[in-house]
Amino acid sequence: MAWSEGKLPGGRIILVQYVLLAAFLFLAYGMWQLQVLQQARWETLAEHNRIRSEPIPAPRGRIYDRQGRLLVDNYPSFSALLVPDQARDLANDIAGIAQGLGMKPSDLSDRLARYQDAPSYQPVIIKEDITPGDLAFIASHRDQYPELETITVSRRLYPSDGYAMHVIGYVGEATEADIQRLHVTPGTLVGKSGLEQYYNSVLMGQDGLRRVIVDSRGRVEGEISDLPPRPGHDLRLTLDKDIQDAAEEAIGQRPGAIVALDPRNGEVLAMVSRPTFDPNLFTLGISSQEWQKLVEDPNRPLLNKAIQAQLAPGSVFKIVMSVAGLEEGIAETLKVNCQGGAWFYGQYKKCWISREHKVHGITDIRKAITQSCDVYFYTLGAQLGIDKIDYYAHALGLGEPTGIDLPHEAAGLVPSPAWKERHLHQPWFKGETINVAIGQGALTVTPLQLAHTIGGIMMDGQFFRPHLVFPSEVPANLRPQGPDETRFAIPEPALQVIEAGMRGVVGPEGTAASAHLQGVDWGGKTGTAQTVSEEHFAASGHKHQFVDNAWFVGVYPIDQPQIVVCVLFQHGAEGYYAANIAAEVIAAYAQKQAARARTQTARIERWRRAFAPLAAGFAWAAPPLPAAPAAPSSAFAILRFRGGRP
Amino acid sequence: MNRWRDLDWLLLGLVLVIAVVGITEIYSATVGTHFAGVYIKQIYFLIAGVIVLFAFSRLDYKLLLESAPWLYAMAVAALGAVLVIGRVIFHSRRWIPVAGAHLQVSELVKLVIIIVVARYFAESRRSAAGLGDVLRIGVLVGVPMLLVLAEPDLGTALTYLPIAGMGLLIGKLRWRHFALLGLAGLLVLPIAWRHLHPYQKARLESFLRPEADPLGTGYQLLQSKIAVGSGGLWGKGIAKGSQTRGAFLPVPQTDFIFAAFAEEHGFVGGIAILFLYFLVLMRLIQDAQSAPDLGGGLLVMGVVAVLGFHVFVNIGMALGLMPVTGIPLPLMSSGGSSLLFTFAALGVAMNVRMSRFVN
Repeated sequence: MAWSEGKLPGGRIILVQYVLLAAFLFLAYGMWQLQVLQQARWETLAEHNRIRSEPIPAPRGRIYDRQGRLLVDNYPSFSALLVPDQARDLANDIAGIAQGLGMKPSDLSDRLARYQDAPSYQPVIIKEDITPGDLAFIASHRDQYPELETITVSRRLYPSDGYAMHVIGYVGEATEADIQRLHVTPGTLVGKSGLEQYYNSVLMGQDGLRRVIVDSRGRVEGEISDLPPRPGHDLRLTLDKDIQDAAEEAIGQRPGAIVALDPRNGEVLAMVSRPTFDPNLFTLGISSQEWQKLVEDPNRPLLNKAIQAQLAPGSVFKIVMSVAGLEEGIAETLKVNCQGGAWFYGQYKKCWISREHKVHGITDIRKAITQSCDVYFYTLGAQLGIDKIDYYAHALGLGEPTGIDLPHEAAGLVPSPAWKERHLHQPWFKGETINVAIGQGALTVTPLQLAHTIGGIMMDGQFFRPHLVFPSEVPANLRPQGPDETRFAIPEPALQVIEAGMRGVVGPEGTAASAHLQGVDWGGKTGTAQTVSEEHFAASGHKHQFVDNAWFVGVYPIDQPQIVVCVLFQHGAEGYYAANIAAEVIAAYAQKQAARARTQTARIERWRRAFAPLAAGFAWAAPPLPAAPAAPSSAFAILRFRGGRP
Repeated sequence: MNRWRDLDWLLLGLVLVIAVVGITEIYSATVGTHFAGVYIKQIYFLIAGVIVLFAFSRLDYKLLLESAPWLYAMAVAALGAVLVIGRVIFHSRRWIPVAGAHLQVSELVKLVIIIVVARYFAESRRSAAGLGDVLRIGVLVGVPMLLVLAEPDLGTALTYLPIAGMGLLIGKLRWRHFALLGLAGLLVLPIAWRHLHPYQKARLESFLRPEADPLGTGYQLLQSKIAVGSGGLWGKGIAKGSQTRGAFLPVPQTDFIFAAFAEEHGFVGGIAILFLYFLVLMRLIQDAQSAPDLGGGLLVMGVVAVLGFHVFVNIGMALGLMPVTGIPLPLMSSGGSSLLFTFAALGVAMNVRMSRFVN
């Protein structure tokens, strides 16, 4: 053995034993102190030891239009809370509480069951937006139901008529998935659609926390700490309330959508989708019947059709065809003799004018746009071929999302032989090219895409990403991917041809002559898109749900665009119906511009008068005053159509 | 010799009673919470612990003493590995995954340090330890201690100190040298204070003035005192402790298990547990004295040092007499590594006892 055989030193071992004894006696003395001598004091403390944390909900940011006019506000509301810990006999109280608050006992116990894992001193929200009657019930039953409490929360208030609701969206209680993704507590309100969803992190803010000491009956005895809530940030939109008002009113209750863009920068001035509904239903929890009704409505009220309806654009697509034809050097010289139809690839294709038993006769590109001659564009399409059409449609922004700051934007579809091979495993038929050339066939677009594409073309090929919040006010992490601006050079002569054609559309010869606005230099393009084939439509007995969709994209002023308006009027039968709706929006815009110019002039005039005596002395130095623009006065007596052909 | 007959059945019995009481308290403190069910795990660990105890009781302690250098090298390497690959739980890197479970290496290293210190003083030729021994032991224990401190785990690192202290005491370090050591410790304190993490400083500050911040770090201490104090003479009954049930008491199944127990079983129950621990320690000292050689005796006294320190600091913390350090109560606190270390250490002690008739 390497180590000594020695024994432990006895004296020191005894010392260890005494030290241990002393230590244990010290502990026993400590226990005696706490548990026997001071027992009453600690027991009182335990009795009073009801430290409770209450959330202080942060108000969501408000939403304003571009001029700071309020679109969405909050209102103060009370919620009923239940603190399980404070109940004397919760199981017995449930029926009485449910009755007093006008709830089903089963709903109440279900709700409590959801929070079973939380500590019993944490309050559970059992009813939101309670009535004064509920409030009185809680106040008068303090002794019977000490577990009931109320808190003030600020709640979203949306315009109840569904004004701009598809853009703004709505909030609702966070689902399990939201809780995981956004790291919020159960019961938090989060954005569920539209801007409320996209900019949820901006609008939401952070809930505060109040820690209070309560006695065993739940009465607050004191406050220990307070973490104030951080309110959400306000959001200022590019929407213009005046234009939105005009669009909401113009479309009325017709199913469809309106998008108004400023093509110079991509700012969305108005966005409407129909049918709409009251989004306040969602903030307080929608009943399953109401939800079912919304889901099953064939007019799809839950859809924001401005960005989600993917439909054939019809003749509006002829503008894209014109750009392609002019760029390729075909359209400028192409002249077609329209006899109400023509043969292509062994099929007789009719022009829409044949329904009125007329013909277009000799037609060039200008007339073809103004009067929407199908035969001209069939011919152009056949000469370009599907690959060129596909190329230009993509280059001008179709077939992919525009990248607007809204969730779930649809991409639309530009068909091509490769696409057909991939998805339908069928070869491309040349006859399909003829259909695509007039905006039919498998081609689909969203109203926003059409506004973006036509607006960009009229801006000499500058395409700005549409947006609802000014880019300078968007936090970096929410900025959409991809470039804010794309360019596709369109030569000036080509643009002039298209301008002239579009101006003609709302002129006496055009397909939307009824939408003419006196003194307003605007233009556009109609579209009447079949939803089913003509044979199928006839066979269905002209059912409403198969009536053609009416489209119109209008641009004002036509030579230097400031606003582009795309109108989709589902089952509106004829493009000019949509054109009349667009005209109302354009008129509202022009009127606003004129009013602004007038106040500007008046201000300068006032200024000039105030300083006239002074200015007289410096008359030689005074700059010439700008001439006030001629205000179109009677120009806005536009026709309100109620159906019928002009 | 008859191995089964010579096993210290009294010690095993005492230890099992404490462990079973611990499991009932873990059950009582966690039923209906996220931790419900950990008592089942603890039962498995207890069974594994008893097997480990039997295994170590069959392992000749002299073999352990002989392989001390190897064990020490492995321990230092393992602690280094923890820092590199360890799992971060509660901002601290203490666990490494072993066979699907997470092993807290610093717990098991305690056994190695007991062995190393025992070997050092058993080999010492001198009749009394001098300052040179203090320095060498300081380095031997200091290296693993610093590695554990770096995890950071102040509580466990501190448990290595009483082992070294016990070694010096039995190695007959002169009293004036002990006094000198104490003085040096006092001088080092301000420097050590500066290297503490903020949460460690806060714990010490709140120990000195718990009422200053009742919701911050002093909260745990205050809630623990309320739990123990309100338990009174007889306690509130199993699963009836409002401090434990209301989640006012932090981690009632691990570090504050004594507070939970004292709340539910009162002064009477608490004293009973205290007495059981005292009996275990006294029995171990008795075993140490009957050891055939100094090495064996030192091993068992090392176990006494660690267990005594744990029990005193942990219960002292629950009573508000010690700062919050986060070291478990041996045999009672939920946690496998601590339980396995305790049973392994007891197994070594039993082997020393069983060897008493060999020579």
